[in-house]
Amino acid sequence: MTLAVWISFLAAAFNLSAVFLFGSTGEIVVEKSGHLNLGIPGVMSVGAAAGCMTVYSLMKAGITSEFALLFLPMLSTILAGGLMGLLYSFMTVTLRANQNVTGLAMTTFGLGLAGHFMNGLKANFGKIASASYAYKNFFKVDVKLGDTGFVNSMKQIFLSHGFLVYFAIIVAIVAQIILSKTRTGLHLRAVGESPATADAAGINVTAYKYIATIIGCAIAALGGLYAIMEHLFGRWDYVCEGFGWLSIALVIFTIWRPGLAIPGSIIFGALYILKEKWLVTNETIKFAIKVLPYVMTIIVLIITSIVGSKKAQAPGSLGTNYFREER
Amino acid sequence: MNTNKKTREPLFHLIKRANVPAWQPWAIRIGALLLGFIIMGILCMISLETNPIDAWKYMFKGAFGIGTTAKTAKFKTLALLRDLSLLLLFALAVTPAFKMKFWNIGAEGQVLMAALFSMMCIQYFGGKVPNVPLIFICLAAAMIGGIIWAVIPALFKAKWNTNETLFTLMMNYVVIQLIIFMIKVWVPNGSQSLAPSAYANLPKIAGEDFWFTIIIALALTAFMFVYLRFSKHGYEISVVGESENTARYIGIKVKKVIIRTLIVSGIVCGIIGFLLVNGINHTVSEKDAGGRGFTAILVSWLAKFNPIFMILTAFLVVFLTKGTEGIMEENQITNEFFSQVLIGIMFLLIIACEFFINYKIVFRHRTAKPQPVLAVSESQAAGSVDDRSGEAAEAPVEGASTALQTDETADQAAKEE
Repeated sequence: MTLAVWISFLAAAFNLSAVFLFGSTGEIVVEKSGHLNLGIPGVMSVGAAAGCMTVYSLMKAGITSEFALLFLPMLSTILAGGLMGLLYSFMTVTLRANQNVTGLAMTTFGLGLAGHFMNGLKANFGKIASASYAYKNFFKVDVKLGDTGFVNSMKQIFLSHGFLVYFAIIVAIVAQIILSKTRTGLHLRAVGESPATADAAGINVTAYKYIATIIGCAIAALGGLYAIMEHLFGRWDYVCEGFGWLSIALVIFTIWRPGLAIPGSIIFGALYILKEKWLVTNETIKFAIKVLPYVMTIIVLIITSIVGSKKAQAPGSLGTNYFREER
Repeated sequence: MNTNKKTREPLFHLIKRANVPAWQPWAIRIGALLLGFIIMGILCMISLETNPIDAWKYMFKGAFGIGTTAKTAKFKTLALLRDLSLLLLFALAVTPAFKMKFWNIGAEGQVLMAALFSMMCIQYFGGKVPNVPLIFICLAAAMIGGIIWAVIPALFKAKWNTNETLFTLMMNYVVIQLIIFMIKVWVPNGSQSLAPSAYANLPKIAGEDFWFTIIIALALTAFMFVYLRFSKHGYEISVVGESENTARYIGIKVKKVIIRTLIVSGIVCGIIGFLLVNGINHTVSEKDAGGRGFTAILVSWLAKFNPIFMILTAFLVVFLTKGTEGIMEENQITNEFFSQVLIGIMFLLIIACEFFINYKIVFRHRTAKPQPVLAVSESQAAGSVDDRSGEAAEAPVEGASTALQTDETADQAAKEE
């Protein structure tokens, strides 16, 4: 194993981490309002499809500006994710439907919707792929491949990526600061821990739940766009389901903290890359690496419940809907 | 903050329905279904350019084979019944836990584990042990597999209150990878699928291998209905589900009930895994459960955890699946995406309609004058004084009682003067 291989492995892991980081940051924001959204795989797929369709229509219109190809699809992805979030929050907050059932139905719906529209564009996948340069090049630092000097290696690992990777980290940091340092974050956590108490304190529970869910789903949807346009170089594939479930696992693994999700997502990215393309040929070890993210998540879940510290637990009302007149 | 905005009566508020006539929920549900079918028809018209009436016809053709030969129709109906039975079994597996408010979304994994255990027995004992005892060995092994995978989260839930939804979700993926791995061990050439086995297959009934599953599903439905409705265990499950504190107060051992109920779930999952391997597929694959573990949650929840109603809700789900497959078949669509969209919309509509069954929306009266808060509290205080002068038995509310005391002191002060 040469050093060059290790460096490109770490660069690939860091590159993939943004998918999980977007997904889990979004899901953390949703879960902090007390709603367990199992529709994240669907949300990510719909977001990816909306973004790719925008890329396609831009390319068709002959627009090749990197700026437009990057930000307009991002906008439509955010919009599509937000709409899915609106649907979820309407179902679970206003209509008080069971969260697990709604989330799973939304996964079915979202995967189908994304697949249906993208299948219609099957002949034009090449056109979408040819736009991926906009995602790779925007913000990127040039590296000399094969040069294993310290500075160049660091550049290759951390700086040879597109804009969205850094945007994911910024979003995670901002989310962490808002959740732990601001009044809005305090209110949101109060809503997630005990909606009745928050309501009594004069916090508008419904508004917090709606806004958190919509913003969270919009963030998660960006993960889908990133997975297709940068990680897969614009080659459409049905990968968002697996990424979505792993993102939900990452939420638990990082005990509901977007800040911890930054290193956590790199670990998940490394494990994913390790089993997909790199280094491992032995089937037993491959199997161990494949289950490791889930097993680690289970272990974290168990440890946090045994320790019982309030700070490391799931939000108190996670999974239950709030109806003011019920106690 | 604008105080005027705060005191305004909202446009509408919600009231939980009580004492609804029995027909009303069903009218709402049927209304939602009809709406769903209309939306499906419109979507088919827009997207596939199929006449909606044709689309509905294709659904029945896909589900029951109506409009084809008698042989196909019989085959399609039996296949539908078997799918219905399988889904029903999954729903039966999760229901006892759900009644206890233990959100087990890992039936998928539990069944796959059972299937894997059964296949292991076939792989290692096939040909060495006669078929009949081998079938029973497989059944026992499958049950053990199901129980292990169901009880692990239950143990942690009982002891440390670990979140069972996330736990069981994660365990699904562990078992999926385990099956992929085991297939690679058994089939080293890398074809990634295991050839159907000749050992320990369940006998055919009436020349078809559909009936075994159907009969077992019916028997288990009846058993589960009785178990939940009439047995002491079923009663304990309902009490724990309603309130753990009440359960503890009346001497029910909550931990024991959680673990015991998940053992029951595991046994049912074991039976499903056994049926899948020995009765239907004769092999094992990570796609065997086919998402039924998730759909079953919907089936169970829609039926309000009642095993008899679950036959209806499971039928609805299977009919939708097969029906949309029928539409796709007629339009030569080989992928499942559009049918997923249709099914997803239908599920969301059915889930949403439960709201109108459980809650009543009361709109603000247009004529009512918005009253200032102060006036309301004054009239309350006055009312409570009147009550007291008539009958002192009623305990006044806290706010009113302070008002009362001030009134009394005022009276005393007046007398002294």
